[in-house]
This record gives sequence, structure tokens and C-alpha cells, in this order.
Amino acid sequence: MSLVDAVLALVIAGLTAYVVLAGADFGAGFWELMSGPGPKGAQMRAAIHRSVGPVWEANHVWLIFVLVLLWTAFPVAFGAIMSTLAIPMFLAAMGIILRGSAFAFQPHVGTGRLAGLMSAVFGISSVLTPFVMGAAIGGIASGRVPVGNAAGDPWRSWLNPTSLFVGALAVALCAYLAAVYLAADTARGGDRDLVEAFRRRALAAGAVAGVLAVGGLAVVRSDAEHLWVGLTGAALPMVILSGVAGAATLALVWRRRFGIARIGAAVAVSAIVIGWAVAQRPDLLPGELTIADAAAGRPTLVALLIGTGTGAAVLIPSLVWLFRLALRGELVKSEPGEMP
Amino acid sequence: MFELLPSGVASMALPLGRSVRAIVEQTDLVAARQTQALSFAFHIVLVCFGVAFPALVLVMEGLWLRTGDPVYRVIARRWSRVMLVLFAVGVVSGTILSFEFGLLWPRFTARFGEVFGFAFALEGFAFFLEAIFIAIYVYGWDRLRPRTHFLAGLPVVGAGLAGSLFVLSVNGWMNNPTGFDLVDGKVANVRPLEALFNVQLWHTFVHMTLAAYMVVGFVTAGVYALAWLRSRRDRIHRVALVVPLTIACLVAPVQIVVGDWAGRQVASSQPVKLAAFEGLQRTQTGAPLNLLGWYRDGRIVGGIEIPHLLSLLATHDPNGRVPGLDTAAPEDRPPVNVVRISFQLMVGLGTGLAALSGIYLWVWWRRRRLPRSVWFWRAVVVSGPAAIMALWAGWTTTEVGRQPWIVYRVMRTSEAVTAAEGVPIGLIVLLVTYLALGAVTLWVMRRMSRTPLQIPPDAPPPAAASAESG
Repeated sequence: MSLVDAVLALVIAGLTAYVVLAGADFGAGFWELMSGPGPKGAQMRAAIHRSVGPVWEANHVWLIFVLVLLWTAFPVAFGAIMSTLAIPMFLAAMGIILRGSAFAFQPHVGTGRLAGLMSAVFGISSVLTPFVMGAAIGGIASGRVPVGNAAGDPWRSWLNPTSLFVGALAVALCAYLAAVYLAADTARGGDRDLVEAFRRRALAAGAVAGVLAVGGLAVVRSDAEHLWVGLTGAALPMVILSGVAGAATLALVWRRRFGIARIGAAVAVSAIVIGWAVAQRPDLLPGELTIADAAAGRPTLVALLIGTGTGAAVLIPSLVWLFRLALRGELVKSEPGEMP
Repeated sequence: MFELLPSGVASMALPLGRSVRAIVEQTDLVAARQTQALSFAFHIVLVCFGVAFPALVLVMEGLWLRTGDPVYRVIARRWSRVMLVLFAVGVVSGTILSFEFGLLWPRFTARFGEVFGFAFALEGFAFFLEAIFIAIYVYGWDRLRPRTHFLAGLPVVGAGLAGSLFVLSVNGWMNNPTGFDLVDGKVANVRPLEALFNVQLWHTFVHMTLAAYMVVGFVTAGVYALAWLRSRRDRIHRVALVVPLTIACLVAPVQIVVGDWAGRQVASSQPVKLAAFEGLQRTQTGAPLNLLGWYRDGRIVGGIEIPHLLSLLATHDPNGRVPGLDTAAPEDRPPVNVVRISFQLMVGLGTGLAALSGIYLWVWWRRRRLPRSVWFWRAVVVSGPAAIMALWAGWTTTEVGRQPWIVYRVMRTSEAVTAAEGVPIGLIVLLVTYLALGAVTLWVMRRMSRTPLQIPPDAPPPAAASAESG
């Protein structure tokens, strides 16, 4: 594995972590949007907040990590992507700021109209953000981002068949991950109705995501041939892994084995992200820029690897502690009205 | 508004027959710079709370652990909830800034990302740790043992400082670009550590850290000073007022010394910027300092001139030589009035805050009590907004003072800007969003403060709490 490959692997690892962890937080927003009025909906929203509250900020940082790695290790590609895809990226940024702040404000705005507004803003921006990010990825993957300062088409680069497919798939995957994780989290609490509600949603979202993924391959075949060649060639093992893991997860959810289903869902989604990267190799911007040509100089890459290694030595134990506390349900309020 | 333009671009737009495209480009540059300034101004206040507020909360919790007095615990818990909300808004407004590296300045990032980016990678880890431990800390009040809980807060303070160090390293690098060579206009021989630890880093870091403690200390004290003036003077309010005020008042006088250090660093590494601080046109020895006034046609109109003071401040020699604006070509100079007025505002407010601190510390030292004058407490109420104004003015000084360069003497801001259309639309959308966000944030803070601060009847002492959970 070359130095460049190692750094690219870090970018993909960060992106995978973002999709699998923060994706579920976006999906939780989707379910909040769909939760409906009445006590049932309120219970569901409360469960969502208990689950997402302690972890969403840490999950979000994976995106920062990916952006920073990208502009340090592949600066030319970063400039090209952000300037051509300025509209979806701006929308994603707005979605992120609205979603994060609406979520953080929610426990403190009481139950009036402002609370309803916050909930709606949280929900809508949780759908918008993964959609535009997916659409941007679709633009990159289908070779619509040329090198240069806003050299590509500002609209068609992200409003095209592949982009719309990836955007929709992103929303479906987020909803699917969230429903599986929420079923697992609520199963610990013992509220049967809530568990069943999220179980049904996990099954539905999983089915939708699966159908979308298969149908989308047809879109990719006609719209982005090189990507199709990659997905059915070098990336085929990943595509198969994703399908198998997805189907296995549905079976596990069906049999209420939520703990393992959580892992299965994460594997299915990770395989899609990694499969995309493998399918695109050796290009970073298909038809425009190879990974090798895009890479920063050797000293920068070496510094990044050393820095990331050192950082990871501190980060990983900390993350493990956070998730152990969160998954054991230790990070919850015990005094009503007192805690966030 | 047009004062904020790099003068090179402003003069470019003057000749008749300019093309529509040139006007659009210029509008986009102005809009991009205002977007950056807006995003930054919003975020930097929250940065202060991310850097300094956790320390304040930990001081309170530490006092509780030492004394077992529940007053400290009640305050620490309340503040930690405020800290979490402000951190969340800071997380997302900081994300906007990282998007803007590509959305507004793609050519800057495309060309120099490999030089300055390493610092941001390290900052990413610091930010990660801060997010992890702030969650454990705020959500863990009831489940972690008191000592463990306190220790879980320490990485929040450390990571906040480290994150700020790495971001300021990039800002320092933009002012003092080192750690690379330009070979035929292309970046080569990158030396990431040299770029990271540039000479501008240390004074900026100390100056900004102290500023963060001043902002948080004065803003927090200001909130409780308002309660104080409304005769809520029980012990709990007194503690919540005195601790942040004491911290801010200890820091404010030190900031003057650090400011002098920062000014001399600028004098040696960016003389044109210093000349813009002071509106000094001509290079001269025994340079005077002008208070107030307006820079026009190469001199200060309506200012109060103090002979030799500028030389004394900049070189610590009353007859020292201070380079003027004339050392740079007109198109390489920053817009003097914006820089100079911001600088004077920062110095003026900083001096005022130090004077306020002097009164507080003097009364405490001589009389062992708090000042009694209503006017003192009114001034404390105002000190919070004043500290934020000083913070904004300071950043305007250094950022506009660097213009027309994005990378000092290497790349112009106009060369870095995006060619994407619609930057002004983005600015308007962002402005509306930030106004709404700022309003809701303040509303939420106010609503949180309406729940009275009081000790719950069954508040456990630390010893009992640790026995309970252990």
C-alpha cells in the first residue's frame, strides 16, 4: 500500500464512520419528522432524543475530519469539488447548522409553538442534508466535477440521474440505520410498543433502501458507465457484501436480534461507501484527476499519517468510553427537567 | 462597506468601460469577504465559550469537591447545561467555516491546503475529544463518581485550548507564510512542522486565550450583575457573580501586557499592518501616536497627537524608526480607516475593562469586600458586550489589516475567491439564518436563566454521592 493509498484509506474510513454514525443521527431526524402528533409520536421523539443526544456532536466531527483530510491531502480535488458543487455544499452546510442548533435547543424551548418549529426544522434539515450530500457524491462519482475553480455546471453537476439516485439512497440508508439503532436502544429500555414501532420502520426502510440500491444500479449503468464497470468489476465483492449484510440484517430485525442487527446494518452501509471508492479507483475525480495526481507532496502525507496515528491513540479509547457509557444507558437524565 | 475592499480591486473597478463581468467578480469578492466575516464573527464568540467556559464550570465543581458546599454544585450543573447548548451551536457554526474554505476560497485551499492543512487535521482530533468529553461530562452528572466526573471535564478544557492553538496556527501562517517554497509559482518542499509553528502563532494564541477568558468571565458576571442590581444577592448569586468576575479581572490587566507583545510582533513581521493600525503614512523616527481622528490623504485629521509615543510602543525606544504605509505600493496596503478604527476600539475597550478590573481588585485588596457603587455593577453588566466588541474589533484589525492578501505577500484575496455564482445570495441566506439563530440562542439562554438557581432539598455532599454511586 502506497503512502497515498494509506491517506486515502483514512479519508474513506472517516467517511464510512460519518455515514454509519452521523447518518443514523440524520435518520433519527427523518423519523422525528414522521413521528406524527399524539402521545405515541411524543414517546418516539423522546426516545430519539435520549439516543442521539449524547453522541451526535462526536459523530458530526467525522465530517470535519474528512473535509480536513481532503483539503490537506488532495487540495486540488477539494477546491474543484467545493466550487463546482457549491450549491449542494452550501445547502448541506445550512442543513447542518439548522439541524444541530434546532436539536440542541429542543429540550429548552418548552412545549409551545417554538418547540413544534424546532422539531420541524430538525426533521426537515435531517432529510435535506443527507440528500444534498448524496447528490454531491453522485456528481463526483458520475464524473461531473472537472478540475478548476467552479469549472463544472453549477446545477447539472448535482441534479442528474446518478445524483438523484445517490441522494435518495442516502436518505433511505440514514432512515434504515436509525430505525435499527433505535430499535436496539429502546429494546434495552423495555418499552415493547416503541421497540415494535422502530422494528417495523427498520424493516420498511431496509426494504426501500434495498430496492433503491438495486434499481439505482440501472440508473448508474445508463448515466455513469465507468462507475457501473467499477461496481460490477473490482468493487463487486463489496456490492455483494452489502447485499448479504443488508438481507441478514433484515432477518435479524425480523427475529428481534437487534444487538447484532446494529452491526449488520453498519456493515451493509459501510460496504456501499467502500464499494464506491473501490469502483472509482484509480480516479479521484473520474475522467479528470487520478488519486496519485491529486495527492499532496510526501512530507504533508507523512505528517498526516503520523498526526492521525498519534491522534487516534488518544481518540479511540475516548470514543470507546463514550459509546460504552451511551450504549449502557449511563448518559441519561435522572432528574426530570434538570438535564439536557 | 467598500472600505473593506482591497484597494487594488477598488482601483481596478474605476476605469470607464469596465465589463459587467468585472463588476460581478468584484461584487462576489465583497460578498465572499462579508460572508467570511459574518460567519467568523458569529463563531468566535462561541469559541470563547468553548475554550474558557469549561474551565469556569470545573472551578465551580472543584470548589464543590473541596468544600462539599452544594451551592457550587448547583451553579456548575446549571452552567454545564448552558455550556452544552453553546457548544452545539459552536460545533455547527464552526462547520460552516470549514465548508467556506472550499465554498468561498477554493483556490486558496487548492493551492495551499497541503501546507496549512496539517494543523487542521490536529485540530480535528482536539475537536473530537472536546465533543466526546463534553457529552460524557454534561450527561454524566448523576452516573459518574464525582471525582471521575470532574476528571472527565479536564480533557474538555485541554482540547479547547489545543484546538484553538491549531486553528490560530493556520491564521498565524496566513500572516507569516513559512514552511514551503514556491518553485515556478507552485508549492514545493512543504515542511508541515515549520508551517505549524510559525512565529505569529504564540502571541496570537496567548492573546486569544486571554480574550476568551475575558469574554466568558465578563459576560457571565454581567448576567449575574444584572440580578445583583435587582437585589438578588443571596449566596448562590453572589458566588455565581464573584467567581467569573474575579477570573476576568485577573486576566484583563495581563491582556494589556500581552497586547504590547503582539503589537511589537506585528511591527517586526508585518510593518505595513502596524502602519495601518496607526495611520502612519511616512516612515519616520520618533513617530507620534494619534488618538481618534480619521485617515485621509495620507494623514490623520482631527486626532490627538502624542509625540514619540508610537516609536516608544512599537520599538520600546522613543526615537525608534517605524516604517510607514509608504513602504508598500498603494495596491498592497490595507484599507487604513477600517483597520485603524478597529484597532483603537479594541485598545480603548481593553483599557476600559482593565480599569474596571483595577477598581474591583483594589477594593478587594484594601477593603476585603465587593464594590458598593451601583455604577460599578452597571459597568460590569456592560463589560460583557464590551468584551465581545473588543474581540470583534481585534479580529477585524488583524484580518482586514492583512488585506489585500489572503496569504501575506504570496496570494491576494482576489486571486483566491470562488468563481461560482450566487455568493451574494449565500450571504443574504446566511445573514438571515444567523440573525434567527442568534435570537433563538439568546431566547433559550434567557429561558434557562428563569429557572431559579436554588439548592435542591436532598442535595448530596460529595462524600455521600461517591459512596452512593461507588
